Amino acid sequence: MTRPEAPLTSRTRMSQVVLIACALAAFIAVTALASLLLSIAVEGTGSLSWKFLTSFASRKAASAGILAPLAGSVWVCAICAFVAIPMGIGTALYLEEYAKKSRLQGIIQLNISNLAGVPSIVYGLLALAVFVRCFGFRSGETPLSFSVDWSAMRILSPGDPDSLWFIQIPFGSGVLAGGLTLALVVLPIMITASQEALRAVPKSLRQAAEALGSTRWQVAWRVTLPAALPTMMTGAILSISRALGEAAPLLVIGGFLMVMQTPTNLMSDFTVLPMQIYNWSGRPQEEFHRIAAAAIIVQLAVLLTFNALAIFVRQSFQKPLQS
Amino acid sequence: MTSLPASTPFISPRARPVRVRLRAVFEWLMESALFLVTGLSVITTLAIIVILVHETWKFFTMRGADGQLLVPVKDFLTDSMWSPLLSNPPRFGVASLVSGTLLVTAIAAAFALPLGLLTAVYLSEYAPRRVRSLLKSLLEILAGIPTVVYGFFALTFITPNLLQPISGSFGTHSAMSAGIAVGIMILPIVSSLAEDALRAVPQSLRDGSLALGSTKAETILRVVIPAALSGIVASFLLAITRAIGETMIVALAAGGGVAQLTVDPAAQVQTMTAYMVQVFLGDAPAGGVEYQSSYAVAFTLFAFTFVMTWIGALILRRYREVYE
Repeated sequence: MTRPEAPLTSRTRMSQVVLIACALAAFIAVTALASLLLSIAVEGTGSLSWKFLTSFASRKAASAGILAPLAGSVWVCAICAFVAIPMGIGTALYLEEYAKKSRLQGIIQLNISNLAGVPSIVYGLLALAVFVRCFGFRSGETPLSFSVDWSAMRILSPGDPDSLWFIQIPFGSGVLAGGLTLALVVLPIMITASQEALRAVPKSLRQAAEALGSTRWQVAWRVTLPAALPTMMTGAILSISRALGEAAPLLVIGGFLMVMQTPTNLMSDFTVLPMQIYNWSGRPQEEFHRIAAAAIIVQLAVLLTFNALAIFVRQSFQKPLQS
Repeated sequence: MTSLPASTPFISPRARPVRVRLRAVFEWLMESALFLVTGLSVITTLAIIVILVHETWKFFTMRGADGQLLVPVKDFLTDSMWSPLLSNPPRFGVASLVSGTLLVTAIAAAFALPLGLLTAVYLSEYAPRRVRSLLKSLLEILAGIPTVVYGFFALTFITPNLLQPISGSFGTHSAMSAGIAVGIMILPIVSSLAEDALRAVPQSLRDGSLALGSTKAETILRVVIPAALSGIVASFLLAITRAIGETMIVALAAGGGVAQLTVDPAAQVQTMTAYMVQVFLGDAPAGGVEYQSSYAVAFTLFAFTFVMTWIGALILRRYREVYE
């Protein structure tokens, strides 16, 4: 005795409500992303020009550009990558290949997940004490400075501030301090990503190498590391793009908001794109919001390039490693 | 004997050629080097704690010209006002900053936790494969956007286009605007981690539930979500931790330099992180009471996030269901 159009029972109706709620939630998330990108595109594209990319900051929005923050971001992220990538891979190798399943590994693992939860601004305080001030070394006096003259193979002291190899201790708030600060921030991410890459290497590869008489280091260096490298590089690129977007710890170490030159050595003053965006967004005038949006477009374009690079590396170098 | 390759491990120890002994030294060197690098992450944690404790101690032991403590710990914890500059004497009641942080975090959580979980359920249980991979990459983009961009979005879009049309009580800066932006920022964290937890639930549990006559929604609500609960709660805690520590969004969108004890979402608030930005960007002299107070605030912030991370780790360890 079923009617041709049986009404939905309350249970199946409930089922549809849940489906609709879930789909709606996903739709809202996408809408948020779309409105964010659209509103920035609408606001910023008008100010985007070659001149915007190649001029320095200015008090007038119309003539301001992002050359200094662009150059600063490149310097700082290069230093960050140079420090954080080898350290992240080294730590991951130790945890996965040497200390596997030991108590030490458990403790360090917990510590790393704690570090990943520390707000980035707190890293700024650590960096301020350690890198910018070097624990108060020579505070109040002129800093110890030297520069390396590679052509004559000698060290000049006091150093020549115009030289590329000029170092000051304490470092002050230059690009070196900035890069090291960001390295601290992204190190936990880099370690976790490298660990996951190492874990994905099938055990049989290691066992084969061990059976042939390889030592631990030989297994790690010639077998697991090459196999895990593409995934690790993906993680590295994502870590660096995280560093590229950080502003808070750099504000704390005393990054500069108005910089009128590009860095020339490790001690140069710098600003980075997110700091410039912060500075312009915080002003009440509408025209500064427009150039802030233009700077955001540049920032997002760089990040998207990084992401595309990560996907490219993942897809073209990753060999299937199923045992 | 000489016909054997030098690296063969079957030679008696005494007869080991120099190359093999060098190999052992090299092995030891590499292991020590890796150990030292690993130790740096532990040293980082210790250094953060030492610096925060040291500077906070200095803050609480500062004495004024009359020999009185400037800021006793009791005042820090119980005073209801935070005004290091505008009032005389300056007042340092951290409750105002903590309430600002919690208000923004609560708004963000109210927005992002349910939405993130529902998105995760959609991704893991309903979405066709192609929709799923498209949605996941869109959420990945959302996760990669620098937080200062969300701050800009809050100021130039959320406030004028969403909040001000609804109610005239919203000014340029408000806890609500910052809260929504922080919510959008943590949404991908919830959805991606919760989705991982949901997908780790074995298909056989779903099949069993469906075979007993449950609808799909009943299966999800009574079987899949309870089975993945520890992972879901951990994703919530991680997202809340990120919201508490978020700096650039609140520094731009939550308010000017005024901290107040309030639960009004339309009010301007100052969070712990925003206060630190204000101090380090301003011209407070290093070593002064205002400058030093930022370390006490940082210590409070660190304590909050540290406890949250611990609870998250404990929940994962205690209640994780492992399916083989």
